[in-house]
Amino acid sequence: MKPALLRDLKSLLGDASVLHRPEELLLYEYDGSVEIARPTCVVFPRTTAHVQRIMQLANQYETPIIGRGAGTGLSGGALARNGGILTVFSRMNRILDIDIENQRATVQPGVVNSDLSAAVAHAGLHFAPDPSSQKACSIGGNVSENSGGPHTLAYGVTTNHTLALEAVLPTGELVRIGSPALDPVGYDLMGLFVGSEGTLALVTEITVKLTRLPETIKTLLAIFETLDDATETVVDITARGITPAACEMLDGWTLCAVEAYVHAGFPLDCAAVLLLEVDGVKEAAEQHAEDVAEICRKHHAREVRVARDEQERDLLWKGRKNAFGAVGRLSPTYYVQDGVIPRTKLPATLRHINEIGKKYGFQIGNIFHAGDGNLHPLILFDARDSDQFRRVVAASDEIIKFCIEMGGSITGEHGVGMEKDRLMPLLFTDAELDVMRCVRDAFNPRGILNPDKIFPTSKGCGEIHVRPLPQSRATTGLTAT
Amino acid sequence: MSPTGAVAHSRLADLVGSARVIADPAQLASYEIDGTRPSAALQPESSLQISEIIKFAITEKLGVVATGGRTKLNVGLPPKRYDLALDMSSLNKIVAYDPGDLTLSVEAGLRLSVLDDTLGKHHQFLPLAVPYHPQTTLGGIIASGVDGPLRQFYGTARDFLLGVEFVTGEGVAAKSGGRVVKNVTGYDIHKLMIGALGTLGLITRLNFKTFPLPPTSCGFVGRFPTAQQACDMRNRIARSHLTPLTLDILSPSVTEIFESQTAAQFESEPMPSDVLSRTEWATSVGFAGSERVRERYLLELQRIAEESGGAGSLVPEKTLPAAFARKREFVPIALASSPATTIVRMSALPAKISDMLIAAQKAAEVNSLRWAALARGLGIIYFALLPSALDDGSKQRVVNTTDSVHEACAKLGGQSTIPWCPTTWKSNLKVWGPENPDFPQMRKIKNVFDPQGILSPGRFVGGL
Repeated sequence: MKPALLRDLKSLLGDASVLHRPEELLLYEYDGSVEIARPTCVVFPRTTAHVQRIMQLANQYETPIIGRGAGTGLSGGALARNGGILTVFSRMNRILDIDIENQRATVQPGVVNSDLSAAVAHAGLHFAPDPSSQKACSIGGNVSENSGGPHTLAYGVTTNHTLALEAVLPTGELVRIGSPALDPVGYDLMGLFVGSEGTLALVTEITVKLTRLPETIKTLLAIFETLDDATETVVDITARGITPAACEMLDGWTLCAVEAYVHAGFPLDCAAVLLLEVDGVKEAAEQHAEDVAEICRKHHAREVRVARDEQERDLLWKGRKNAFGAVGRLSPTYYVQDGVIPRTKLPATLRHINEIGKKYGFQIGNIFHAGDGNLHPLILFDARDSDQFRRVVAASDEIIKFCIEMGGSITGEHGVGMEKDRLMPLLFTDAELDVMRCVRDAFNPRGILNPDKIFPTSKGCGEIHVRPLPQSRATTGLTAT
Repeated sequence: MSPTGAVAHSRLADLVGSARVIADPAQLASYEIDGTRPSAALQPESSLQISEIIKFAITEKLGVVATGGRTKLNVGLPPKRYDLALDMSSLNKIVAYDPGDLTLSVEAGLRLSVLDDTLGKHHQFLPLAVPYHPQTTLGGIIASGVDGPLRQFYGTARDFLLGVEFVTGEGVAAKSGGRVVKNVTGYDIHKLMIGALGTLGLITRLNFKTFPLPPTSCGFVGRFPTAQQACDMRNRIARSHLTPLTLDILSPSVTEIFESQTAAQFESEPMPSDVLSRTEWATSVGFAGSERVRERYLLELQRIAEESGGAGSLVPEKTLPAAFARKREFVPIALASSPATTIVRMSALPAKISDMLIAAQKAAEVNSLRWAALARGLGIIYFALLPSALDDGSKQRVVNTTDSVHEACAKLGGQSTIPWCPTTWKSNLKVWGPENPDFPQMRKIKNVFDPQGILSPGRFVGGL
């Protein structure tokens, strides 16, 4: 690393806020995906002025700069792909303003997702996007990735809840975009910036909507002998005019793994379970819970459990929220995919995923947001084995290609990052990618901010860019969700 | 285009076929924007043709505006150049509809009212409920960025537009998003197209998430002596567990225009006479559900209305559609109610709606202007000034009023624009509101999509 850059960063932030020794950088080579990339240095700004100055230094020293929240991302979005200044927002973690009356909050990007909900719970409010990593992930990261979560089916994803941003552009310019009031005048800059995977700006302040907690929540678990029955149930629920707050599916194998871990009394011999939630005013939630249970039974559910209290609800959700962890106990590493399909194609897609598992010799567990067709196949493998790594990427690509054939997409909520950039040409023409690149270049003209992400690099489509994990670090891929 | 007119027309006929080139002045009158008539209107049948037209327009330096139902062409500043109207009415197919997947793909020229029929057969709908409902097209709805009363529960098109296909100002056919209900692949360029008045691209196809039709719905109206009380009812609902489908606040003067013959042009069923009062503010709430749910809403809304210092009642079921249609058509009804209607659209934090309404009312009354206001519970206010004539005196009073409203709105942390006003007043009014701090970023975006400045030139913020 350039000594002058190190000196300038230390003089700006203090020695303790700049990491640059190899052993200090180890942790920051990872996120929740299987990607690894070592930054040149790691810095911890505490103010917007720090961020602005770091951006200026990155320009001055022509060094890439990458933003990072809690590092829970699942597509390598917050990794320094080819080195650079990794700017970690964990010390910009203050909730700046809570406006109960208007249901707004303004936070620094490092605020942990569930901390904001906890801070407004006394007023009966919450921040609706709830990724499974919500106890660790930061709202800045949610904004960058446009994160979802189990309850996005009814409540929407991060972009539906983000109103205004303060941000430092790659040119060093400080901007405020959007408005705490709705419908800001002009082009929807918020719509562009949220979900731009840290390639257009480093966000330093975020104003979000707060959503009222429902009066009544009813959580149901329905157990099915076939995937088709479970899928038809999902479609039928909507046909009856009900939009569940959450509609999650776990396949039989995953459920066994989960049960061995959480001991929630899940069955060990079924094809799939649906975890369903309906909410609203008491009368509506109760009615919908009855209707949903009846629809499940109509589609041959073996059993429908309804949580009787908060404790039972937590137990049902524990299975879902700890599923990744449960699978992690069974394998040194797993590769989680994020394909999206039209939800009526679920049975065909799952059958195909199982075939791919057999073909490549991997066990694949399936957990997904069934209501919106967002799949999370977990492929169990050992990253210490470079041949397995190669094959897991090939298997994963086959899954994604099948999702596209079904009319779907390559990522529902994890982002493209450095994991799926090479798959982008499967969805977009060169001309379309060029339009998007031009948008990036309009804000990030020197390409200094989060380079080599989203857009395919020189490698052709479908070419594998595997970098097997060295032996000693193989198990660190377990940090996910 | 006039010097080379004949040559240009023959070239355009080559591109789309001579039957699809409209050059007859009488026919072209209906494509006028702010008094400017294009040299030709074309009816392309594919995005390929549109690409070719754009490439031709670049070489000839022609201004191009896409049109749909031609109901909102006068929104925004007058175009700096307007040579070609691209009439999208031939692109009117439902490309794909999968009720089980809740997804839909339509061409931009499809009318919402036609689509409603198809979706309704599957008990689904797009919760747009925007003005000009019979004529308006999906492309026009998105390009103009209009909203409707159902946004209280369902959000705006931004929340359920899944993807867009468009042709850029360089003639490149491109897309963003997809046709699945959840997707973070690539930049959300489709969101940029919403409300951009066609200045970034010509929308050819749109993908939406569809929704199940709500069960039996009801309307409730609370009536109050003051705007503060009507807003208080809104605030109490926001603090309750109720999640109504619509929530709008109407000024007493809205009653008069809703009950008039003018309104009957837009909704032939008469306005129920005992729903709104000509002396009281109204908080109008729509909700849906089973009988038990509806009973709960009714009880709670009645209690809330009383706590806010007023009284309320259910809208009789039979007259609900007529009342709802008027709420949806507030803008066209207001526009038809005066020869010089000027509508200021303001955004406000929800708790500031009352302050905003009072400030705007004061400004109108100081300038002796008739007015009517409809405020959405989420903080969007349509404030219609209704001068009695299109004369210079009225113009000055409207300028004074809107300047005060812009100022008050900015002070209260909101933003304001004037989407609708007489064409001849546009040079005197701040159509896009006070100077916009986001403008430099917007210009960057415009330069990406339309570097030659041929798409709806000059109509957007800051003359983009």
